[in-house]
Amino acid sequence: MRILEAQGLIGGYGAMDILKGVDLFAEAGRLGVVVGPNGAGKSTALKAVLGMLELRAGSITFEGESLGGLSTSARIARGIGAVPQNDNIFQGMTVLENLEMGGYLVESPLAPRIERMFAIFPPLAEKRRQPAGELSGGQRQMVAMARALMAEPRLLLLDEPTAGLSPAFRADIFARIRTITEEGVAVLMVEQNAREALAIADTGFVLAAGANRFTGSGAELVADPDVRAAFLGG
Amino acid sequence: MLAFVNFYLIPGVIVGSIYALGAVGVSLIFAILRFAHFAHGDLMTLGAYLALSLVAAAGLAPFLALPFAMAGAIVVALVVHRLFYAPLANRPTIVLLIASFGVALMLRSAIQLLWGVQVETYVQGIQRPLVFFDDLRIAERHIYIVLATVVAIVALHVFLTATRAGKAMRAVADQPELAELSGIDRKAVVRQVWVIGGGLAAMAGVFLGIDGELDPNMGWDLLLPVFAAALLGGIGRPYGAIAGGYVIGLAQELATYPWIGAEPLLSPGYKSAVAFALMVGLLLWRPQGLLRGREGT
Repeated sequence: MRILEAQGLIGGYGAMDILKGVDLFAEAGRLGVVVGPNGAGKSTALKAVLGMLELRAGSITFEGESLGGLSTSARIARGIGAVPQNDNIFQGMTVLENLEMGGYLVESPLAPRIERMFAIFPPLAEKRRQPAGELSGGQRQMVAMARALMAEPRLLLLDEPTAGLSPAFRADIFARIRTITEEGVAVLMVEQNAREALAIADTGFVLAAGANRFTGSGAELVADPDVRAAFLGG
Repeated sequence: MLAFVNFYLIPGVIVGSIYALGAVGVSLIFAILRFAHFAHGDLMTLGAYLALSLVAAAGLAPFLALPFAMAGAIVVALVVHRLFYAPLANRPTIVLLIASFGVALMLRSAIQLLWGVQVETYVQGIQRPLVFFDDLRIAERHIYIVLATVVAIVALHVFLTATRAGKAMRAVADQPELAELSGIDRKAVVRQVWVIGGGLAAMAGVFLGIDGELDPNMGWDLLLPVFAAALLGGIGRPYGAIAGGYVIGLAQELATYPWIGAEPLLSPGYKSAVAFALMVGLLLWRPQGLLRGREGT
């Protein structure tokens, strides 16, 4: 089931359009991966979904309802979670406090959700009282994802969750993202490591110069000679 | 030794408490709104004069007038924010800084207009200090000032570390965009900052009046040491600001102690230069503050 449908997104910052016609969608329980060269508009497309960008044209619907005109916080309240690429944790706050902030809008008790996060990300459990800024890169990324998951979003947007991580940590993060989709969450992830990400993706979107170049299943795209030649380094 | 405690250490702690209360507000406002609030000193003055009105009209003790003075200063801080700072929220922070300078002048002029320019006091006549252990002299009002400051600091600590709203405030100070992505309402946090900043400023002003006298420039004159304290603690860090307040207060008083020979090390007339010297030295040596502070203008 497609819970997010974004069509014909055109817009950017100021007078310059970065997005020149981007289509994206996300399905419950599935992983969508957005790849493409630097400046293709991958992160910008995620920001458009979050309402952090002025759109000149295009429509975004979430669970059948238009998100047009809604503020970022209103979209979060609707059930969209997001992990930015940078500045994605509250560094001066403890791991536990980061999770509490992720559940800021949740009205039920947070304790069961926090325990669930520690089950998904076991390394965080013993670091719960440490300031998040003191953790390793991989653990910070876990805090960032756990913070976003605390609100139990039905759609999770991840902007380069493995940036700067070693290949071993990368595989670990990818595996945890699959765990998240298995619980029924729709995940849309922007990734630099295109080949690895497409290999685990249900759906792949290849963007270039602010528009879709290829869209298909992850396996199809990895196998496609054109995609390989142009975007995956042969 | 007792002279040292009675005439240098205790006054240093009192002045330090007043600086700390002012500096916490300056530091929190900077952490959330990212500008140096130049009207903070005049907010203190306003608090002192609001209490004066109640003391004069209702015969209340200054300490009992304190809650009303705090409430009044909070209302004024919120109105000032709504009228002057909120409309400039998306402009460079230097614009806000200059606007706060203008607000400072307006507040001071209003105070002069309403209460006059003459020096006032809460209580007439000589107040005798309590004497402990034969020679240790502590004025009752000084005990209350220190106790009230400790209560305020503990309350602030509990707010920031144990309440949902306080944690949200720290989150906005830490990463404003991520706080928005967590669904935290920044506007509510900003209002709370003015409640805390305005309330503590009024408290500092009333204590300053209790410790000495009131005049329309009393808060403005305090702006330098208060900013020095906020910078010393690393701007945007409320706990640092509290420590900074006590460091500056004690340094000012202790600098006038006759450490060498019988003459004061520094003539008391130069006391306020101590804060200046500490601030300049700090900016040259550790511009991020003794504790690491926030970046910004």
